[in-house]
Amino acid sequence: MTKRLIPSRRDVLKRGGALIVGFSFAADAAAQQRPLPPPTIRPGLPVRVPAPPARSLDLADVDAYLAIDISGTCTIYSGKVDLGTGTNTALRQIVAEELDIRFENTQMVTGDTQVTPDQGTTWGSLTIQVGGMQIRNAAATARQALVAEAVKRLAVKADELFIADGLITGGGSRATYGELVGGRAFLLKLDPANPAPTKNPRNHKFIGRSLPREDIPSKVMANFTYIHDFRVPNMLHGRVVRPPAIGARLQSVDETSVSGIPGFIKLVREGDFLGVVAENEWAAIRAGRELKATWSPSQTLPEQDKLWDHVRNTTVAASDTTSGTGDVEKAMATPNARLMKATYDFPINTHGSIGPSCAVAEFRDGKLTSWSASQATHNLRKQLATMFGLPAESVRCIYVEGAGCYGRNGHEDAAADAALLARAAGKPVRVQWSRADEHGWDPKGPPTLIDLRAAMDDRGNVAAWDSEFFLPQQTPSGFLVPLVAATLAGMPAENHIAPGNIFQNSAIPYRFPNVRTVCRRLETTPLRPSWIRTPGRMQNTFANECFADELAAVAKIDPIEFRKKYMDPADRRGHDVLDRLMTLAKWEKRPSPQVSPEGNVLKGRGMAYCKYELVRTYIGAVAEVEVDRVSGQIRVPKFYVVHDCGMIINPDGVKNQIEGNVIQTMSRTLIEEVKFNRSQVTSLDWESYPILTFPDIPDIVIDLISRPAEKPWGAGEPTSAVVPSAISNAVYDAIGVRLRSAPFTPQKVKAAVSDSALQAPDATPSLRRSRT
Amino acid sequence: MAIQKRLNVNGKLVVVKIDDPDMPLLYVLRDNMGLKGPKFGCGLAQCGACTVHVEGKPVRSCVTPLSQVTDRHRVVTLEGLTPTGARRAHPVQRAFVEEQAAQCGYCINGMIMESAALLATNKKPTEAEVKQALAKNLCRCGTHARIVRAVIRASKYTQG
Ligand code: FES
Ligand code: FES
Repeated sequence: MTKRLIPSRRDVLKRGGALIVGFSFAADAAAQQRPLPPPTIRPGLPVRVPAPPARSLDLADVDAYLAIDISGTCTIYSGKVDLGTGTNTALRQIVAEELDIRFENTQMVTGDTQVTPDQGTTWGSLTIQVGGMQIRNAAATARQALVAEAVKRLAVKADELFIADGLITGGGSRATYGELVGGRAFLLKLDPANPAPTKNPRNHKFIGRSLPREDIPSKVMANFTYIHDFRVPNMLHGRVVRPPAIGARLQSVDETSVSGIPGFIKLVREGDFLGVVAENEWAAIRAGRELKATWSPSQTLPEQDKLWDHVRNTTVAASDTTSGTGDVEKAMATPNARLMKATYDFPINTHGSIGPSCAVAEFRDGKLTSWSASQATHNLRKQLATMFGLPAESVRCIYVEGAGCYGRNGHEDAAADAALLARAAGKPVRVQWSRADEHGWDPKGPPTLIDLRAAMDDRGNVAAWDSEFFLPQQTPSGFLVPLVAATLAGMPAENHIAPGNIFQNSAIPYRFPNVRTVCRRLETTPLRPSWIRTPGRMQNTFANECFADELAAVAKIDPIEFRKKYMDPADRRGHDVLDRLMTLAKWEKRPSPQVSPEGNVLKGRGMAYCKYELVRTYIGAVAEVEVDRVSGQIRVPKFYVVHDCGMIINPDGVKNQIEGNVIQTMSRTLIEEVKFNRSQVTSLDWESYPILTFPDIPDIVIDLISRPAEKPWGAGEPTSAVVPSAISNAVYDAIGVRLRSAPFTPQKVKAAVSDSALQAPDATPSLRRSRT
Repeated sequence: MAIQKRLNVNGKLVVVKIDDPDMPLLYVLRDNMGLKGPKFGCGLAQCGACTVHVEGKPVRSCVTPLSQVTDRHRVVTLEGLTPTGARRAHPVQRAFVEEQAAQCGYCINGMIMESAALLATNKKPTEAEVKQALAKNLCRCGTHARIVRAVIRASKYTQG
């Protein structure tokens, strides 16, 4: 029975060595009878998940994460959900590895408040780094316990056991995991301070391999069930009718305008919340469109072309110094210091999931069940409980995958809409937003304004760096973005301003003698904010890495050399990233801009570097651009990324994420900007809010630095941080003008070109906005 | 008053009951027939998520009124791209799996239907031609590079 694939005896010995004292499997009748785990929502089966018996959700319990049934199949319970990034596959790889079980014998249950532990929101590139490591620890602990149990049952010493594929053999006997623990609880505590030993990376069979993703075949063959495909019996269809202006009050509504639509069932009005319920989806859509309602006028937004003045004039709720060394003011006042300053801005973005927000809800016996693609079902449960005045135990939120989710988009809002309509209809209701609902009402990535100053001594050394970030505050009590339905209906809610941890990466990875970085946390921001992929880190790194490039240009130093000069020499991984970047991109050492540009279409290259949140994933990037000085068009034919996220679970999965980061952020950098008037968002479709399309996709070249002995860090967001600055720096290299205001539209490029033509050659070219 | 509508979907004749003769095809496919391939993305012919084949041509089903479709039009959805009983999946579907050409995969229906239609008329497209053919199909996850690779790979299979 022992196969070649099994780990070495020494490995078994080492791992089996530190057994937990006092361990015992639960053998009581109740546990014995525990049925198999609830079914995952399988493609093709619009099932109603039955309420399973209570299981531990305690983050300190092995049982919170893992259960092995009598067939030896391991169900992994993860509070972190797969947002279309392939993390389910990666988590299964981790468990298969540490438990010594076949990959095929693992399965996932995710994001169900009743059965999965609350491992926090699926955000911040933490699914593997945090969630995966909790699960890894659980798997290693479980394996240790299984070995101990086998020692007892087989009466063989631990060092004489062989373990592979969920089977323990030794002394001529054998026991499967199913026989040892099948259907019962482990009743084991995790010890995060002293975790069970994990496998030696040299013996890894699953970690580090590009296993194909579990979900792609069914997605490609049309039998995957997205939330949009999810149905429950007796389900009705709902639509919301949002006010035409933010803050408008519903004055009257004429039900007769829709009562003749075949299939129309009900109008739901709750304060300023308005919705319709119908027998079928098309009837709901028609009723939503044709419903006549009058609303009060409302103008709560600033004028778009005064947005940055508005931001600058918003009351500062708090000022947070995110880093500080030396005395910036003194250094700036030094005679002969060369002073530089610049202002950067990044506009409001929408999430723009290709499938709009969608949810199904059912009230039954005073309990609410909500199915949605929420990235934070445990938080959603709290919010829905507050909204409907229910105890949290009476609300169950279940994750069903939706279209790509890049942060807190509209899913939670659709869940609240569905719940409100379901309560009124007395039947389960499915709500799917229209494209205009999505573009108009999903929470937005807030506008970001950044002022930077620096002083350079007469030998070209940076003496001081001073930056101020104008960012909406994050109210301290939590990351609960208000639910639109609760707000409109005037139902109970905790009203947070929750843009996420957008102060991150305001501090810099360079050791200048005097540094001060301050975040001015603004009391308000024009549209309801939330986090969108790489929140704050991307905008802040845009300013930091472009301004660093400005300093390098003034000092006439090669941009990579400039960074290496100021990086902590002990930070070898950071230096490695930049060294490998030079090789990957065939970087020619020279200062920017390129000399004597000629012609209208000019080529340039720019780089950017980031250590994510200054404590984890390292990314270096080079963008190659072609800029047409006449039309203002920027093309990015090639984009290079060097990426070090430590241990890599699934290299192809990481590459897929890096490619996605590059393309999505290129889109945000070059073309995206939410448009609004004084009343509401006006970019309500893909024509008014375009995103990058195939003809403009760069060739992306990736160098993954694999460090199997290190901790795994996140990969879902970090690369986005370096994209805008790499492109802006490349444009500067090509045509000698700085783009400091995203998006880099042709109009802004043209304005920058004509601006810089007017400037004295020695001055730092300056462009923030193209407004005249 | 519900009316009966006869359609030819994925090689089968179906009769569905509808209220509005101008309801877009997408809702019959998804709601009356329970198909999951075609997706709602925008309802505005701007994203391609709802793409199906009508008489072999890629069509945005979200803006195709039923009144324009009869049972003489062969409608094929992602479900029907690989003929029933076929030994292997359609080359484009195979290639998408092999290239792992999806993140969330919500756009993938449109990507596959559009590129299958492209390969039916242009058996050996260049990368630029693939990008042009898919220029009106949106992907928010940034899976474009893999999608292009998958279509090129599929074009090699279909050359036989
Ligand atoms: S849903 Fe039909 S094109 Fe977008
Ligand atoms: S893979 Fe998510 S939209 Fe294309």
